[in-house]
Amino acid sequence: MSRDARPAVADLAVGQEVARRTLTVDRARLVRYAGASGDFNPIHWNERVATSVGLPGVIAHGMWTMGAAVTVVVDWVGDPGAVVDYQTRFTRPVPVPDPGEAALDVVATVGAVDVDAGTARIDLTVTVDGVRVLGKAQAVVRLV
Amino acid sequence: MPVDTTFAGRAYPPGDVYVVAREKLREFAEATGATHPAHTDPDAARALGYPDVVAPPTFAVVIAQRTEAQYVEDPAAGVDFSRVVHADERFTHHRPICAGDRLRTALHVDAVTQRATLSMITTRCEIADEDGSPVATVVSTLAVRSEDDA
Repeated sequence: MSRDARPAVADLAVGQEVARRTLTVDRARLVRYAGASGDFNPIHWNERVATSVGLPGVIAHGMWTMGAAVTVVVDWVGDPGAVVDYQTRFTRPVPVPDPGEAALDVVATVGAVDVDAGTARIDLTVTVDGVRVLGKAQAVVRLV
Repeated sequence: MPVDTTFAGRAYPPGDVYVVAREKLREFAEATGATHPAHTDPDAARALGYPDVVAPPTFAVVIAQRTEAQYVEDPAAGVDFSRVVHADERFTHHRPICAGDRLRTALHVDAVTQRATLSMITTRCEIADEDGSPVATVVSTLAVRSEDDA
């Protein structure tokens, strides 16, 4: 594994799909993320609290969704340090049932290419049951 | 109590050093399903040119959220966390975060706006090395519903 393994910026075309994956999340995953991140907001693990504030039930941390979605980009580019910028808006909550799990479909496409800078913007479409849960999810990767 | 818009423009100097640990990165990677070996295997990270295992792209939120706490948990700021929704987040990496890094983070309250039923709070964390070299910038916006919209 080396930097040479990164995709070549000249080979990329705007609109090209570079990766897709379906991710799943259950309550145990949210508890794990709460511990790993330090975000113990009870709406992410306590049904009683979640419904008391008007949510349909326990919802995933937006930051879990953001972090899980970018793994698709990291694996495609082959280097976690190649992601130099990553942003998103949280447009819809992701309810996580119990028992069961929620499934997120992630599709990564080339949003822009800057040959001089050696970077590409990868746009992520993240949907649950066909409905987008992230908006303007964009990762800029350095390819040289 | 509404959010206090006079907090806009406030800056908090860097606090304690945050030491990035291998096992913390492993824990965060596993929680987000990040399976790239450079997150957990020092040899894989070194093969990519890093001194030690590399953080996932959103790991800096761990440092940012504990830094933001000094503002959002200040009772005078008027941020009712039971009414908060995360609106957006952005990470700009000036260099990758790796295990062994000793980081200090300055907090800036970039904007606090009050609308009819919603307040928006934008914070910016500037994460740097101990010598002050920039490592990452984390910008986060929270939306706070006002009480009469509950």
